[in-house]
Amino acid sequence: MENLKSVIGEHPFMQGLDEHTLDTLVGCASNVRYNAGDYLARMGQPAEHFFIIRHGHVSLEINAGPRGIIGVHTVEAGDVLGWSWLIEPYKWHFDARAVELTRVIALNGECLRKKCEQDHDLGYALMKRVAQLMEQRLTATRMQLLDMYGTHV
Amino acid sequence: MAALTDPMLPRPFRIEKVTHETADTFTFELSQQQADGDGRFDFACGQFNMLYTFGTGEIPVSISGDPAKPQRLVHTIRAVGSVTRAMKKLKKGDTLGVRGPFGSAWPVQQAEGNDVIIIAGGIGLAPLRPAICSILQNREKYGHVALLYGARTPQDILFEKELREWRGRFDMQVMITVDHAVGTWKGNIGVVPDLIKRVKIDPDNTIAMVCGPEIMMRFCVIELHNRGMEHDTIFVSMERNMKCGIGLCGHCQYGPEFICKDGPVFPFSKIRTLFDIYEL
Repeated sequence: MENLKSVIGEHPFMQGLDEHTLDTLVGCASNVRYNAGDYLARMGQPAEHFFIIRHGHVSLEINAGPRGIIGVHTVEAGDVLGWSWLIEPYKWHFDARAVELTRVIALNGECLRKKCEQDHDLGYALMKRVAQLMEQRLTATRMQLLDMYGTHV
Repeated sequence: MAALTDPMLPRPFRIEKVTHETADTFTFELSQQQADGDGRFDFACGQFNMLYTFGTGEIPVSISGDPAKPQRLVHTIRAVGSVTRAMKKLKKGDTLGVRGPFGSAWPVQQAEGNDVIIIAGGIGLAPLRPAICSILQNREKYGHVALLYGARTPQDILFEKELREWRGRFDMQVMITVDHAVGTWKGNIGVVPDLIKRVKIDPDNTIAMVCGPEIMMRFCVIELHNRGMEHDTIFVSMERNMKCGIGLCGHCQYGPEFICKDGPVFPFSKIRTLFDIYEL
């Protein structure tokens, strides 16, 4: 458990959290490993976890029907994956596929939500971090939408 | 360097080789048809030439070749307009008119003794290629060297063979990302500014060279500045409608600067206030 706590505490997403908060998070956390090709999340399925990537590389993908599977973002060690555990209806909007052997800390969403309801300081700390992540992803998505390298540029 | 007797007079160059880089981007290797000396075409990394397609028109194109190989003038061109589409139809043995080289250069010498972070987007890798070649030829003079490159899709990645070679070196960090990908791509997906967080930056001892669409450069500069880099250590290559190439006609005027003469490479500190003016 202590090892799990230090791994969580050293992750950039969790930096600045106090000991008590880290202890709380550890209660919802487990070490998980995914082989290349395994799915961490599937579109439309319940978002039961939030992932801290320790090692490896995960592709976020959309099934675009006739256009095939389109990769829209990748996350790797140092990143986190998923905020759907925090937002109703708690379902994934993308597939998340391990591109290579990937090791993560999986935090149980339901467990985290309960603890956030009980401890609003924890909820606020996590919400602030998720909001920052959302802002970064939104900016990146807008840049992708601009099609910067298209022929109109 | 061959003396520019009249900078407005194109010199004929023969196309020696055409390489198709992607569906719409190609590289010409050119040699001087009327070499008045040893046929060398010396230039500084980051400079450009005005390339003239007879009967169609003239456009500015950055030099993408290795400065250590001045016998061949190399340009990488994307077919997006009438002149470049006409160029795409040219073959080995055809002739192009060339005026130049013009403009300012990447701070390759200034960067000696420092870490270097090179950030390219799309066709923006071409103007940076001479600087990369030069830095790698004098690798011992630099600290950590990182290349961050973004393209639209995996099919739009330029200089794939060289990128593989650079990635294989132990003395250079190379990260490539694409905006989106279908199929078997196993690399990064996302935008170039997001790669910056993955590079160790010593802000007091780093020079950044950035080339790509303006919106990409804007976000890269913000990210580099957030990482502690000062604006005078971040260099960008600007693009405007260049015509004469020597600061006379005014087509490429950018506030008090002429992109063709004072640029295209600027320290960001010099153009920072202009960058935020929508009309420019």
